[in-house]
Amino acid sequence: MYTYTEFDEAFVRNRVAQFRGQVNRRLDGSLTEDEFKPLRLMNGLYLQLHAYMLRVAIPYGTLNSGQMRQLAYLADKWDKGYGHFTTRQNIQYNWPKLGDVPDMLDALADVGMHAIQTSGNTIRNVTADHFAGAAADEIEDPRPVAELLRQWSTDHPEFQFLPRKFKIAVTGSPTDRAVTKAHDIGLRMVRNAAGEPGFEVIVGGGLGRTPMIGKVINEFLPKADLLPYCEAIVATYNLLGRRDNKYKARIKITVHENGLDTFRELVDARFAEIRGEFSGVDQKILAGIEAQFAPPPLRQAETTSFEVRYAADPVFRSWADTNLSAHKSADHAIVTVSIKKQGQTPGDATSDQMRLLADIAATHAYDELRISHEQNVILPHVHKSDLPAIYDALASVELATANVGLVSDIIACPGMDYCALATARSIPVAQTIATRFDELKLEHEIGPLKIKISGCINACGHHHVGHIGILGLDRAGVENYQITLGGDGTETAVIGERTGPGFAYDEIVPAIERLIGAYLNIRQSDDETFIETYRRLGMEPFKDALYGESARSGRAHAA
Amino acid sequence: MSRRFTPKVITANDLREGDVIYLTADDRWSRNHSEAELIDDEAHAEIRLIHATRQSSDIVGAYLADAKSGPHGPEPVHFREAFRARGPSNYAHGKQAERHG
Repeated sequence: MYTYTEFDEAFVRNRVAQFRGQVNRRLDGSLTEDEFKPLRLMNGLYLQLHAYMLRVAIPYGTLNSGQMRQLAYLADKWDKGYGHFTTRQNIQYNWPKLGDVPDMLDALADVGMHAIQTSGNTIRNVTADHFAGAAADEIEDPRPVAELLRQWSTDHPEFQFLPRKFKIAVTGSPTDRAVTKAHDIGLRMVRNAAGEPGFEVIVGGGLGRTPMIGKVINEFLPKADLLPYCEAIVATYNLLGRRDNKYKARIKITVHENGLDTFRELVDARFAEIRGEFSGVDQKILAGIEAQFAPPPLRQAETTSFEVRYAADPVFRSWADTNLSAHKSADHAIVTVSIKKQGQTPGDATSDQMRLLADIAATHAYDELRISHEQNVILPHVHKSDLPAIYDALASVELATANVGLVSDIIACPGMDYCALATARSIPVAQTIATRFDELKLEHEIGPLKIKISGCINACGHHHVGHIGILGLDRAGVENYQITLGGDGTETAVIGERTGPGFAYDEIVPAIERLIGAYLNIRQSDDETFIETYRRLGMEPFKDALYGESARSGRAHAA
Repeated sequence: MSRRFTPKVITANDLREGDVIYLTADDRWSRNHSEAELIDDEAHAEIRLIHATRQSSDIVGAYLADAKSGPHGPEPVHFREAFRARGPSNYAHGKQAERHG
């Protein structure tokens, strides 16, 4: 994986030193809050409901064991012994004190990490497929390109004051695990007729207040054109995007209001102007980065110990069936470690858990870890003979929950338990749904299901693309939860549709139980998943389950 | 007739800790909602808010929040303010820990 150059190291250290000075000047009264706020946001420091929150980037979700140990160290030394992994492959610390933050940033710089551009109207942390470099279905590892984009976008002088924040996601697989169609720019690696790898470029996707699926602006962009083309897109948006209305400032609105064809013409014109300025230095840098992402030398060994344990131990088997994915090497597996034991806060990991994960990565997994946008931790390369030992180690710290992709593997934003923007809580709704279906012992019978919960309209919890989406709102001073159905965040992305009126805090979990009960009754077979049943039958049977059949005539009149 | 003024407290976050704080009648910043000054006069509320905002070397983001009188002092009205006064619901962190700790 990528190691900082002297330039990177000096740049990050210099930024920490600058911020230390800024914090000191705020504390001694030389800077007002109005002056200080944009400076702290540029360095990932928010002020939330109960405390400051430091958002640290985990570029393309990749960590080594030393970095994971350092995240645990920060949690113990300056926070409350845990961290929260987010849907944008960041980690958030919920309780730092202002005066400690420069020391935290220095400690991050010690392991090649930072919090730069995790806030503000800039190009944010570039996210990627969490199975990158390991997935069986991959064309190429997308992380070198993501790292190139990170270097290009960091402190890019033209793009520090965009109309609004800007998010880029990249995947190297036809299977989209990076939600690329819900990003400002989504990059999907594809091959052209000649078999050469390039990118399908998607623009103007986004969730939030006005959810939109991104549109394909370029069906095949040669790899060598990636940086100038992205620069042309962001430059076009920077000039054309609206600055008069915060809610209409994202690129999705720019593309929507001007039309994709007009936007494409402007991008193409800008691209033609700047293409020549990219003399090939970017490609030289990319080649250097690619060398650093060379796949680990996968070891050869028997997999018998895995097969024996798999045959003999039903609990291990359940975990293996649920939490393993196909690796490009048949005797290896990709392990998704669920940090969502039923009743736990989605995305939270304690410092002990982080250290254990670091130890496992160092001992058994070629020193690699990933953070997924679904708020789990991935061990991307594991030889199958190591799986029994890894499982036992995970089980010792409550990390062996066999629920990946199931009803309790819920995405939830921090919601009103932490976030200053939230309009309702998310975490306790997720906790209660997870524990309820665990009590009912229905989780594995229900099968694949993606529930995603946001505590406000900004949709950090991706509720629009959940098979079941839950949006928490403030309705006349009371928490109220709207349900959407049929959302999909993959290559077949769809925005979910609202079922109807929302539910109170104490009604939302029973409502979800009714929905899932209806699904179990009407599915054609045990193999038909929730989303397949929804696609086959539509909204009506689920509305009946939520609001009663008697409400049907009222709905017809209202419509 | 103008709308009746809902009683308020002045709340902010502490600059150094980030913790939720409340302005008391004797001009301290308390961590405890029940010690806040409950203000039931609109003009007085505005004067107190200006007074609070001037203390920007110690506090951040002062504003008026609805509150009501309770047996042990002012209580929050809106659920957001109730969470700010108590702490998150997933862990016993924040004020609830300090109070029982």
